[in-house]
Amino acid sequence: MKFKAMTAVAALLLSVPAVTLADPDGDSLVINGEIEMITETAAPAHLSDAMDTIYSGWRFREDETQALQLDDFDNPGMIFADLGLDQWNKVEGEAGKSCASCHDDVAESMKGVRATYPKWNETAGEVRTLAMQINGCRTENMKAEPYKYTSGEMTNMEALISVQSRGMPVDVAIDGPVQATWEAGKEMYYTRFGQLELSCANCHEQNYGNMIRADHLSQGQINGFPTYRLKNAKLNQVHDRFKGCIRDTRGHTFDPGSPEFVALELYVASRGNGLSVEGPSVRN
Amino acid sequence: MRLSTLTLAATLVASGAFAAEPVAPADVVYTDGAIEASLSGTPGNPEEGAKAFASRSIGNCVACHEVTGLGAAFPGNVGPMLDGVGSRWSEAELRGIVANAKLMYEGTVMPSFYKVDGFIRPGNGYTGKAAETIEPILSAQQIEDVVAFLMTLKDE
Ligand code: HEC
Ligand code: HEC
Ligand code: HEC
Repeated sequence: MKFKAMTAVAALLLSVPAVTLADPDGDSLVINGEIEMITETAAPAHLSDAMDTIYSGWRFREDETQALQLDDFDNPGMIFADLGLDQWNKVEGEAGKSCASCHDDVAESMKGVRATYPKWNETAGEVRTLAMQINGCRTENMKAEPYKYTSGEMTNMEALISVQSRGMPVDVAIDGPVQATWEAGKEMYYTRFGQLELSCANCHEQNYGNMIRADHLSQGQINGFPTYRLKNAKLNQVHDRFKGCIRDTRGHTFDPGSPEFVALELYVASRGNGLSVEGPSVRN
Repeated sequence: MRLSTLTLAATLVASGAFAAEPVAPADVVYTDGAIEASLSGTPGNPEEGAKAFASRSIGNCVACHEVTGLGAAFPGNVGPMLDGVGSRWSEAELRGIVANAKLMYEGTVMPSFYKVDGFIRPGNGYTGKAAETIEPILSAQQIEDVVAFLMTLKDE
């Protein structure tokens, strides 16, 4: 049995040279020729047992897909950020206010905000994702209807807010009042869901750089969300991506906005601490 | 012993005397991760096995494994290349690996293809909804077919 296992290892090694795509490529991402993005950096301390280096998903995409993110005129996600700006200025709800009524110029007030979410909200006494905070302001401050969690309106607004932090390093807190939620998210990350019994880590920690069928596996980082995907030609909310990945394990997924996905988002975001905020990014 | 039972079963099936009952997933006997007895009682068909191996909707083994000459587009490399695998392992061992690889390789990412319990949040196929009943991913006969296909992958 031991001998057989060795043979399998030898076979694994032998299969490597046949592979065309393996590790992340060496390209660097500079947007509009001026915003330098950190797509590779030392893994945060809490990951030191698992990996040395973290990479943006951009580094695993083909050149043609990568190119779409180099210039805002080519990035289809930017159109949605513009729609988000219209929403920002629009008065809605019984309080007769828009986002701009309280937050004024989005470029000033929202600079750096994306980089720190999900984070603890003291008033509400809960961990809030950016989507939850947007809806918190809509319901509490504007007396307006919340956006549906993964709706176009939500991803537009997320894109607008993310753009204001592009290039800044993700810096999500993992201790203090969020620690229990972070631990719960970590446990989910290593749970082998579904009939295929696959965890996030099985694909994105153990096998990033490898091919699963035609897909080049990245580290499953979320610094680029919301992401414009060529596959469905829209901006994708991060909980929709989580849902898709758990569905692909032949698993029963969780709902967008559920406490489970909020915890998972906090944990996954923290695995990207140090990478640049990239949203809206382009993926396939 | 095993051979004679098998031959007997095959004869009976061929003569139409009785349809062999497949061994249910819960009743499979593993010895050091291998399964000695056929799961279906009917010899595997390597051509059907190759189809199941390559088809996304059946075994989808190519998601993780490459086999030279199979002609499947975009094979993955999460698992080892399987050329020569029929020389590395016996039929019983391959049957065990395909049915439940976790007994041969502890903690492997390779899914178990003939197992119906012990899952966390199993889904109803790929719908993302909760499973109502859980069937093994491959039927007893499909396991036999895939194993027969793997047995054709000999070293030159
Ligand atoms: C009536 C005032 C008001 C309106 C209207 C309003 N907000 Fe807020 N917003 C606040 C206040 C006050 C805070 C900080 C309080 C808190 O932490 O809950 C805040 C916080 C935020 C934050 C978190 C900032 C950070 O540093 O963590 C975001 C993001 C945000 N608002 C987005 C929006 C968006 C998007 C809209 C419109 C859809 C909006 N807000 C409308 C008052 C408002
Ligand atoms: C069966 C393999 C598999 C599993 C299990 C899996 N994923 Fe994925 N995931 C993929 C593939 C394939 C892609 C698309 C290519 C890529 O970016 O890695 C992807 C993409 C992603 C992305 C988008 C990355 C980007 O740059 O836009 C995120 C985020 C992600 N996965 C998170 C998760 C999380 C969290 C889990 C666990 C709940 C998970 N994945 C489980 C296969 C998997
Ligand atoms: C999600 C990935 C994945 C899928 C799908 C998968 N395997 Fe595997 N398989 C592996 C890995 C990884 C190994 C190596 C065992 C280990 O070290 O964990 C392996 C090992 C094997 C081996 C032993 C290889 C050797 O070189 O000794 C065989 C045989 C095998 N798999 C057959 C199959 C068949 C047949 C299917 C489909 C019915 C399949 N696998 C589906 C990942 C996978």
